[in-house]
Amino acid sequence: MRLAQHMAIASDRVRATAIEATEFPELSRAYQVMGVPKVVINDRVQFEGAVSEQDFLGAVLQAVSAP
Amino acid sequence: MPILTDRDRAAVRKEFEKLAGPVKLAVFSQELLAGDLCRQNEQLVREVAALSDRITVEVFNPAIDRERAQTYGVDQVPAIAVEGARDYGIRFYGVPLGYEFSNLIDAIIVASTGEPALSEDTKASLRALAADVEIKVFATPT
Repeated sequence: MRLAQHMAIASDRVRATAIEATEFPELSRAYQVMGVPKVVINDRVQFEGAVSEQDFLGAVLQAVSAP
Repeated sequence: MPILTDRDRAAVRKEFEKLAGPVKLAVFSQELLAGDLCRQNEQLVREVAALSDRITVEVFNPAIDRERAQTYGVDQVPAIAVEGARDYGIRFYGVPLGYEFSNLIDAIIVASTGEPALSEDTKASLRALAADVEIKVFATPT
């Protein structure tokens, strides 16, 4: 969540939501959360585990790129 | 019974020395949907807010304060919106304990300063975004 929330500060385009997986089992099931942290960007790009700032940004840019 | 230990309080107080401007924590609670968790969430937020004069708390019930819930885009409880000079779109769903607690404290600080700890390259890329980005981060307390 740390990188996501800093990105939300850096750009008005970005929103960051932390979800406590065990308290929201339906949401976690819907997003097939098996391991944490799991990051889902625009319901389009997802990854599990901690990544570098550069890789996180890469995922954000991938999520907004043309299909 | 307080949620935070004396040690937690001392550590957070020290972190809050970095606060540069006011922060509002908008808490969303709905007794009928998740009473225990909402009460715990509200208590945690109040204990954190008590550690700095710069932090204010407002509590809303999405079933009653529908407009507010809509404005904040909150559709689950318990929830917290962390606002600084403006609403940056930072939300916490569920009680942010354990690992998420340090993220909540970090969110309060960065919302207060408005200065993200990111490289210049990252900030430039984010400023150039042409579409909205919604990042969900699923986590557990441990």
